Amino acid sequence: MNALLNGLRVIEIASDRAAYAGKLMGDLGADVIVIESPGGHKSRGYGPFVADKSDPDNCLWWWHYNTSKRSVVLDLETEEGRENFTRLAHGADIVLEGEDPGVLDALGIDHTQIRAGSPELVWVSVTPVGRQRPDLHEPATDLTMLAGGGLVWNCGYDDHSLPPIRPSGGHAHHTAASFAVLGALTAVVHRDATGVGQHVDVSMIAATNVTTEVSSIDWLYRGATNQRQTGRHASEHFTMGIQVQTKDGGYCSNPLGLTTAGNYKDVMEWLRELGLEDEFPEFFFLQMGYDRGGVPLKVLGQDVEATEIYRAGREALYLIASKLTTPEFFVQAQQRGIACGAVYAPDEALADEHYRFRKYPVQVEHEDLGRSFTYPGLPFTGESIPTTIRRAPRIGEHTQEVLGEVATA
Amino acid sequence: MNAATAGLPKSQALSHIRICDLTGLLAGAGATRFLAAFGAQVIRVEQPAHEKHRWDFLRGGMSPDGTKQGINFGGGFNNHNVEKLSVTLDLKSPEGKELLGKLVGISDAVTENFSAHVMERLGFTFDWMKTKNEKIIYVANSGFGKAGPYSDFKSVGQVVQPVCGLSFQSGLPDHEPAGWGFAYMDHQGAYMMATAVLAAIVARNRTGQGQYIDFSCTEAGIGLCGPEILDSTVNGRPMRRPGKPNSNADNFPQMAPHGIYPASGSDTWVAIACRDDADWKRLAETIGEPWAQDPALATFEARYARRDEIDAKLGEWTKQSERDVVNAKIRNAGIPADIVSKPEDRIEHDPRTSSWGLWPEVEHDEIGKVRVEGVPIHMSETDWSITRGAPCLGADNDFVYGSLLGMSPDEIADLKERKVI
Repeated sequence: MNALLNGLRVIEIASDRAAYAGKLMGDLGADVIVIESPGGHKSRGYGPFVADKSDPDNCLWWWHYNTSKRSVVLDLETEEGRENFTRLAHGADIVLEGEDPGVLDALGIDHTQIRAGSPELVWVSVTPVGRQRPDLHEPATDLTMLAGGGLVWNCGYDDHSLPPIRPSGGHAHHTAASFAVLGALTAVVHRDATGVGQHVDVSMIAATNVTTEVSSIDWLYRGATNQRQTGRHASEHFTMGIQVQTKDGGYCSNPLGLTTAGNYKDVMEWLRELGLEDEFPEFFFLQMGYDRGGVPLKVLGQDVEATEIYRAGREALYLIASKLTTPEFFVQAQQRGIACGAVYAPDEALADEHYRFRKYPVQVEHEDLGRSFTYPGLPFTGESIPTTIRRAPRIGEHTQEVLGEVATA
Repeated sequence: MNAATAGLPKSQALSHIRICDLTGLLAGAGATRFLAAFGAQVIRVEQPAHEKHRWDFLRGGMSPDGTKQGINFGGGFNNHNVEKLSVTLDLKSPEGKELLGKLVGISDAVTENFSAHVMERLGFTFDWMKTKNEKIIYVANSGFGKAGPYSDFKSVGQVVQPVCGLSFQSGLPDHEPAGWGFAYMDHQGAYMMATAVLAAIVARNRTGQGQYIDFSCTEAGIGLCGPEILDSTVNGRPMRRPGKPNSNADNFPQMAPHGIYPASGSDTWVAIACRDDADWKRLAETIGEPWAQDPALATFEARYARRDEIDAKLGEWTKQSERDVVNAKIRNAGIPADIVSKPEDRIEHDPRTSSWGLWPEVEHDEIGKVRVEGVPIHMSETDWSITRGAPCLGADNDFVYGSLLGMSPDEIADLKERKVI
């Protein structure tokens, strides 16, 4: 079976904002051509670098976000560069760009004109506040968009003298890029049925605003403002902690605690197996939890006895965790039917046996360096899901190849 | 479709697509929500009323004013299921299975996010689906995927985020992980799941074939930590090391100063990102204090080396003014900054969301008029439309079983009587 997006051609103007969208489509089999200016896109300078040596062809940010793409260098400030760009766009299904409003217009690249010459083309723009309101446009970064878009308010610690926390990794970009892909594919599905392409305008600040789960809904539905709490959902009310520290200094998350009768029975057995029954004076609470058939979350704070039993259940997990390593506690809790997650570092997760069994880590060949490296693969499996991805291109590596294809097309 | 909402507008983008939707919660329902907003006919298949405790956990709740309670009042459920239809169906009964087969027969895709092996146990494998519809698309979404040692592990957002590494990536050095105050990966999982459905439709348009795609949410999360994972796998630099994470400061490209600083009011904060030396020059002029004018701070390297000292002094300066005053001063100087917005700030007072139409009002049969989230993309020809609230349980039984599957009112009444629907 062909790769999932085989046959789809995407012309991406290199940008921080749309890079992940191009990568997703490329890894799924689309022919993604990333257009860079002479000298390469600036994100080739973001680092980290192979062996810490600054080199635009060996930048790991570039490597990750540009897998499975081809690179073409075009100088869009020249007539020739613009002509080649238009030719490429006219041969594509999707154009993907993340330029500030006005930048492409100043170069004489107008999506309405280019689309007029290719009515089936889908043109996707990713900008901080959308292209419809250039008057609202101001300089913004991942940090400022996640703050203004409402994500940051929800994350941090019980201690509110510490600042709210913005998780690192570029999630304003990831979120907007996810919507760029959804918009692009929706437009292609419509185009396939009608022959009509269109412009897809993605607002990064809007994307973050609708990616805060209960935070937006609790306000919209009942005017509640949630407050941040360590390692768990922000909430209108202060809730019990869910992170336990393990004996190796790591952490595990137990979002639900002990709710079913089976949970209480299993934790009593777990304590006995570890010889901890005598170290846990509240053991009788666990028996009560079992006898009353568990503690549903909705009675917490209302039924005093049930709340005490539930709290004791959490105490038991703290004690058990202090005797086990992070992976031991995680796996043993889950094997006992308790919802639990090890707080892994991402590279630890990638190396975990579950993901190796699933062949999620993939070896990416860097034949130019005579080596291959381990990358995160695709989160999908299926007959048409590629099992490998290609290394990111060097600057302009495919310029001649691609322009040659267009010339003979 | 009920009479009250029948005349409301609908997007034409996906109006030719029908989804047999077995999803729930946010990770699954969020995926089909996107498709429904663009006009797909999404038929939620839910347990009948007598099957207590088997509904979507978010379905029940209180009305916004707290006076009414019931299975149609969940606020999150309403948000995640706008523009969808609801039918009831007892999937464990032989007739229920037969009816599901008929729904599969008239659908483009089947979606579900049950625990990994539920569909298999119920007998609803891809092979079974293909006997009902040879071009069917089936997309499954679970925390750990359908195969592998952890496939039966319990999974919610606060399990996915820790395991994939995203919780680790949120926090201050020498503190416990701050993690995420909401289920971010339920959203990202939903986006990836909808991507799989759309991509499979695009593929079917080319090949004429359907397919089965299994999505693993934790794997999607690992994939959001790429450059630093490569720093580990290529350079051998483990991500768990002293000083990491320092997530308000950490960034590619690196910047200094870069962080979240206090304003004068209680628990009010401003995010500031100084992208380059020119930003710093303007910020130093805005601050106007002698320490900021120090020529030794003119280069990124110097500021990065002294970032803790700069953060402390910058925080002292921001703390002297109200949040909105600090924010305006810095933004007026052309430097990226924003307030740490509370829900009311961004939903009620931000022209960037109001001018977008980001908080549409829907009509819900029992809740009445209520605002929900819109979609952060606008399409020039076939934009989204969100006007109908989530369906009440089984609200569309007559339409789906009658108009779509051609059953008579007597047959439908009989199925209701026997609690098949």
